[in-house]
Amino acid sequence: MAIILQYRKNILKTAVVLIVFAVAGAALVGITFTQTEDNIAYNEKLTLLRKLNNIIPADAYNNNLLLDTISIKPNRLLGTKENSLAYRARKDDQDIAIVLSSIAPNGYNGPIHMLVGIYDDGRLAGVRVIKHRETPGLGDVVSISHSNWILGFNNKSLGNPDSTRWKVKRDGGDFDQFTGATITPRAVVKAIHDTLLYFQQNQTMLFIQPETVLNKPEKPQ
Amino acid sequence: MTETTTQETTANFSEQVATSGKSGLWTNNVALVQLLGLCPLLAVTGTIINGLGLGIATLITLVLSNSIVSLIRPWLKSEIRIPIFVLIIASIVTTIELVMNAWFHELYLVLGIFIPLIVTNCSIIARAEAFASKNNLVDSALDGFMMGLGFTLVLIVLGGMRELIGFGTLFANAQLMFGDLGHSMTITLSEDYPGFLLAVLPPGAFIGLGLLIALKNIIDKKQSARQVITVKSKDPITN
Repeated sequence: MAIILQYRKNILKTAVVLIVFAVAGAALVGITFTQTEDNIAYNEKLTLLRKLNNIIPADAYNNNLLLDTISIKPNRLLGTKENSLAYRARKDDQDIAIVLSSIAPNGYNGPIHMLVGIYDDGRLAGVRVIKHRETPGLGDVVSISHSNWILGFNNKSLGNPDSTRWKVKRDGGDFDQFTGATITPRAVVKAIHDTLLYFQQNQTMLFIQPETVLNKPEKPQ
Repeated sequence: MTETTTQETTANFSEQVATSGKSGLWTNNVALVQLLGLCPLLAVTGTIINGLGLGIATLITLVLSNSIVSLIRPWLKSEIRIPIFVLIIASIVTTIELVMNAWFHELYLVLGIFIPLIVTNCSIIARAEAFASKNNLVDSALDGFMMGLGFTLVLIVLGGMRELIGFGTLFANAQLMFGDLGHSMTITLSEDYPGFLLAVLPPGAFIGLGLLIALKNIIDKKQSARQVITVKSKDPITN
């Protein structure tokens, strides 16, 4: 009997210690989270605006890019599985460009998230890879921080080059692949082409649709 | 009286720094001797800058986790120490990630991807278990710092080897960590270097690490051989 009581006491004591540490750890993370939440949201917004301005120069538009947004339903051509945000750039109520979120589902290491900026006339304003898990040193060359490859898409459009040439060179197209990495650029080229197709099919809707009112600024991807 | 005590403490401390440093940087190096934390090590050492990034993040985590584990020693129960270590390390890493994201956003954009990798670094739990749970705060923090420094140095050397052989550059993308200053830091050895893919791919990491370990063993062996000779020549009986 005494032994059982002893065990019970031990178990209780151990459990209490573990619980105390679990609560303390959770409290630390929780408190830090609430303390940093606003700052992080602000930072992410700034970073997002900077990214968008890399695609569409800040002097090309004069509306509030981060507010003139529409929510786009999941779409096969965009590769999106959830609602995504599109940012519209206008100058004195004239449509300038739109930035769409696009996902290349077939990267070497999973999906590659991109922002694709398209001018009113169907030319690409610019493309940036914003999230990927491609091999460091090989596939990550699609990212602007590692090379200028992605700038090669500027001013390209559905007719330039021809639809049949919207491929990497190894597949008989116009776009460079990298040493040791063909899958990544292949996925990116295809996703950009699909995004242009989506734009072509939905252009009017994209610019006319009233902006989606968001209760909370959606977390940028 | 007080003076002597202070002097003694200083002497003890510098001695402690030397022992801890020797252990962390050489005799007990996390990556070369303990062979711990290889998962993040092999994954990110493609370039010097990546290695440096992961190294710094690991170093901070090691110092903090060692300090906290050392502080809570009185309440540690041996049956549940491992879950408690895991809790502590996971909380610290998450907190560091959030704090960096909020107040050091630029740095976070660079190191952010490495931080979750630290949780998978078993050297941190190993130091908590083997050292911090048995030693006082100062020694534990020092041990964490030296172990982290040793790990960082191996990351930098391995990253440098792979970058040099794989891409023919050094300090590529240094602007990610040092801002605009970094652009001028990049050294390109040859403009038309064809690249050597093996060094960049995971097998290159294994081979590189193997070579580093071999080099360390050679140095150790030579040193011990020399010591034996010195001892012998001083020994009057064998002479």
